[in-house]
Amino acid sequence: MALPKYTEPHYRIWHYIYLTICGAVFFFLIAPLFVIFPLSFNAEEFLSFSDGMKRLDPDAFSLRWYKDMIYGTKNPWGLAAKNSFIIAIFATIGSVILGTVAALGLSSRHMPYKGLIMAVLISPMIVPLIISGVAIFFFMAKAGLAATHTGIVLAHIILGTPFVVITVTATLSGFDHSVTRAAASLGSDPVNTFMKITLPLILPGVISGGLFAFVTSFDEVVVVLFLAGLENTTIPIQMWTGLREQLSPTILAVATCLIILSTLILVTAELLRRRSERLRGINR
Amino acid sequence: MSSETNQILTTDGIPLEVSLKKAERKNKIKAFLLVAPLLLFLIITYVFPIGDMLFRSVDDKMVTQMLPKTFKAMENWDGQELPDEEVFAAFHEDFVKLVEDKREGKLSTQLNYTKNGFKSIIKKLRRASKKFEEGNYKEQIMSVHKRWADVEYWRAIQRRAPEFTGQKYLKGMDMYVNEEGKIVSVEEDRRIHRVLWLRTLEIAFFVTVFCFLMAYPIAHLLATLPMKYSNLLMICVLLPFWTSLLVRTASWMILLQQQGIVNDFFVGIGLVADDNRPEMMYNKTGSYVAMTQILLPFMVLPLYSVMKTISPSLMRAGKSLGGTPFVAFWKVYFPLTIPGIGAGCLLVFILAIGYYITPALVGGASGTLISNQIAFHMKSTLDWSFASAMGLMLLSGVLVIYWLYNKIVGIDNIKLG
Repeated sequence: MALPKYTEPHYRIWHYIYLTICGAVFFFLIAPLFVIFPLSFNAEEFLSFSDGMKRLDPDAFSLRWYKDMIYGTKNPWGLAAKNSFIIAIFATIGSVILGTVAALGLSSRHMPYKGLIMAVLISPMIVPLIISGVAIFFFMAKAGLAATHTGIVLAHIILGTPFVVITVTATLSGFDHSVTRAAASLGSDPVNTFMKITLPLILPGVISGGLFAFVTSFDEVVVVLFLAGLENTTIPIQMWTGLREQLSPTILAVATCLIILSTLILVTAELLRRRSERLRGINR
Repeated sequence: MSSETNQILTTDGIPLEVSLKKAERKNKIKAFLLVAPLLLFLIITYVFPIGDMLFRSVDDKMVTQMLPKTFKAMENWDGQELPDEEVFAAFHEDFVKLVEDKREGKLSTQLNYTKNGFKSIIKKLRRASKKFEEGNYKEQIMSVHKRWADVEYWRAIQRRAPEFTGQKYLKGMDMYVNEEGKIVSVEEDRRIHRVLWLRTLEIAFFVTVFCFLMAYPIAHLLATLPMKYSNLLMICVLLPFWTSLLVRTASWMILLQQQGIVNDFFVGIGLVADDNRPEMMYNKTGSYVAMTQILLPFMVLPLYSVMKTISPSLMRAGKSLGGTPFVAFWKVYFPLTIPGIGAGCLLVFILAIGYYITPALVGGASGTLISNQIAFHMKSTLDWSFASAMGLMLLSGVLVIYWLYNKIVGIDNIKLG
């Protein structure tokens, strides 16, 4: 962004103002996340920086809250983490299968009523979560699935599929359908063609859709609040109760772990996106 | 004659047109069958339950079923004078049955929704009705409490006769049907829902504006910087995007608390006195700040993907034709980004209008939105039909925006990350 030499002074000033604004916005976006890191190592029971921490005194830092998170006797984080992972994994598998198959149909140019059907399939992403929560709760209560893992997994499949549908349809839009016809002409049946030809080519899109579905489920709290019983508590529910009631630094330890997890997911998603763009010949 | 002879036939003698149509239909069915599982799943678990909400929101069978004989007897009552003995006797009969089933409490709750003051007189009636003698129920019921001799209360009961009602929707807009059957607003100091609707719109609108003002420059920077720098900066946008909503809300709770870092900073630069730290959380400010930061990536990403496609030579052309950089920007660059602005603003507005978690945690009493009210009625008052009605009112608003979004951007053009 170097300015040409002939730039007039007031544009030069404006340019630096612009860069400062951008810097401030980036700071606003990212800085709040980094507050959590140091505070999760706080040796004391406060959610603000102690004097010791400001002096970088090593005694002011400890792993106390991480120990509490893992070994704490009354802490529900173990159960919550187990439930969260189980629910998220099954919800992801369900969303990916249903979403990918639907995306295959949707990107066929023979698909009738494409716009309408797409609108229905995407709706769980657009409808406010609180409304989805109420509606899904009514259904699960009638079906006898409230306060069960199955109910929550089904609810998260509903919320996760739009992401898979969107990412996979996007990947398929750059897909060369002549390769599947070539496979068919060589005597391959449709299932075989899908497994051996289509799936490997659209895999980046499928995986990134799956990541979206995973994160959606792993982070979802509104619908789970309606559905979960004590046995089905998840990490977001525990964080929600914690933030509302006894704000303890243990939550910050959990939050730090979640930030690390999301960083890993971000890196994976970015690598996949670039690979997919390379494969589709979009070079930027 | 000529059309028949000119028909092209396939090798098995079927006209090509027919054969093609058949193949086309087969393909259509194939495509549809692929979509069918998800569509069916969503219709059963999601679309129907939303329809169920609609049904619940207008359903008012409960009272109709609790007082069947009373309403039957009331059919001949004109509602002017007190009803006659027939109605009182029928009401007594229904009421005795309700007391037997221990459901008179539910009746009093329901009737109290229609008119205040039913709770106590139904309690009194339950106690008194045990000693009632047969016959002349009008006198006996009226002697329990003077309200039972008030024709207004009997009209209130009559208003609950229909099986369906729109009163929950009226209540959502702080209106009700008064004694004369007219739709009127509640007293000014009790209009809590209108305040909430307006506040929801206000917060969603300003959050969208703030997001736009902040996202535009950085999306522009990301789109014009060389790849190696912009990739690094993109992480600043994507990391919050992928991070748990609760984690981000938690970090704002830490930052904005009275002994928090933002307040420390303000005290440090001498903006506020140490003993007079402003309350930045549990009010509107908290909702604004946290929601803007949380929704910002949803504005940056659509803007970025549009700006990325604008060739830099257009701006150069604008400048070479004599425009100052500002004119070139305003006349050339800005109009080209309008699709991205539309997409981003609608997305952020839709998300903001239905926000629940963040306002509930940092919004306090003055920063909560309509979603919080819905959750409150679902979990605390258990008035599910009212929650459904408000949910559907919110939903219809969102669907209008969704429809606009589809018109402007196209639903299949949504891009993620």
